[in-house]
Amino acid sequence: MQASGINVLFLGRNFARLIEGLWVTMRISLLAVLLSIPLGILLGMFMTLRHPLAKAVSRVYLEFVRIMPQLVLLFIAYFGVTRAFGWNWSADFSAVLVFTLWGTAEMGDLVRGALQSIPKHQYDSAAALGMTKWQTFAHIILPQTLRRLLPPTINLTTRMIKTTSLVVLIGITEVLKVGKQIIDVNRFAYPTASLWVYGAVFILYFLACWPISLLARTLEKRWR
Amino acid sequence: MAAEETIQLEIAGLQKKFGDDVILDGVDLTVRKGEVVVILGSSGCGKSTLLRCINGLEPIDGGSILIDGEAITPGAKNLTRLRQKIGMVFQSYDLFPHKNILDNVTLAPIKVQKRTKEDARTEAEQLLLRVGLWEKRKAYPRELSGGQKQRVAIVRALCVNPEIMLFDEVTAALDPEMVREVLDVMLELAQGGMTMLIVTHEMGFARAVADRIVFLDEGKILENLPAEEFFTHPRTQRAKDFLQTFEFNKQ
Repeated sequence: MQASGINVLFLGRNFARLIEGLWVTMRISLLAVLLSIPLGILLGMFMTLRHPLAKAVSRVYLEFVRIMPQLVLLFIAYFGVTRAFGWNWSADFSAVLVFTLWGTAEMGDLVRGALQSIPKHQYDSAAALGMTKWQTFAHIILPQTLRRLLPPTINLTTRMIKTTSLVVLIGITEVLKVGKQIIDVNRFAYPTASLWVYGAVFILYFLACWPISLLARTLEKRWR
Repeated sequence: MAAEETIQLEIAGLQKKFGDDVILDGVDLTVRKGEVVVILGSSGCGKSTLLRCINGLEPIDGGSILIDGEAITPGAKNLTRLRQKIGMVFQSYDLFPHKNILDNVTLAPIKVQKRTKEDARTEAEQLLLRVGLWEKRKAYPRELSGGQKQRVAIVRALCVNPEIMLFDEVTAALDPEMVREVLDVMLELAQGGMTMLIVTHEMGFARAVADRIVFLDEGKILENLPAEEFFTHPRTQRAKDFLQTFEFNKQ
């Protein structure tokens, strides 16, 4: 009976549990995003320094975090660090840490690109007006950089929200895991449960990411 | 247009290199208050570099540049204060794209000179009115033509009340029909007694606006003459050849 499959979503606390699972996902990813943006801006500024050591350090960090699959980083943080140093990081902490490390690296590279895309004559004309380096950065460079950063940052945010589904592998029960549990329990009563539950998860992810895209579009229009 | 006796800008023995290339080789130049000096020379002779050195955008390798008797030294503490005495307009009309016209021209008076918004705005609006762009005060740079942007750039430089204005090939990137509107603004400034140092390739304009012509070649000043004399009786062969390139004769 295909049509009754949708009922599985509203059995008992199923729907509420899915929402709670989504909240776990959102909490981890938004916390990581909120930390990554300011840290990434600092890293991006650091990366534009001409000092060879600054270049080398940021290069190594960036490549390390980017080349390593996020799952491996999660395992290192959650299992590896405990074994090696005896630090018992919770799964939530490990997840936020790893996604922040990753987000900071990605954000840093975006910021570096945006900063370097500001034409040199913007610096010159600010200097010619008698503005100090700091005034130039605060009033001329940063506002233009932020405008350029908006689309890629939104893209990164939604990527981070989606990638958080990996945390299930270090034992965090987020929205996908809840879905899996609901499907397993109702396998015999509702053979089509997987379609409905995963469909619901898809819509939940969409509802979580869509307002962010909308906000970005509004800001882009206002700043154009 | 008669220049006063006060010396506004004094350059002595200026040396500037990029790597091993000598760009400016012992340049001496004195500009008096109210004087309009046009710097001529072929591409790569160091004209633009000279202007950039004057407001400290380029470090120098020798000699000195004095504004009102105070030395311009890149990186020095007094540089931002001295730069307020020097207005500069560049070839690429480089307004701040994220600010409207009024904010573009009042940014430095408010942030650098700590003047009140009303004060800065009143002066800015008067200047915009003078260059015929008051209606555009709420517009963004991308909505303006090249000539309009360049006039705004001039107003932006004027808003910090500089004592001397530097113009670096400000019409070189403009469509021919927009050159005139920018040159007219500069001509009016010159007539108003502003001290000006102009790099340009517009010979007719140079002749009309200049009190004095400085002819630069390979980093050295070859001629430094009253404008009319330079155009009618250039002393050096290089200058004669240079002026020849602007003349067209029917074969």
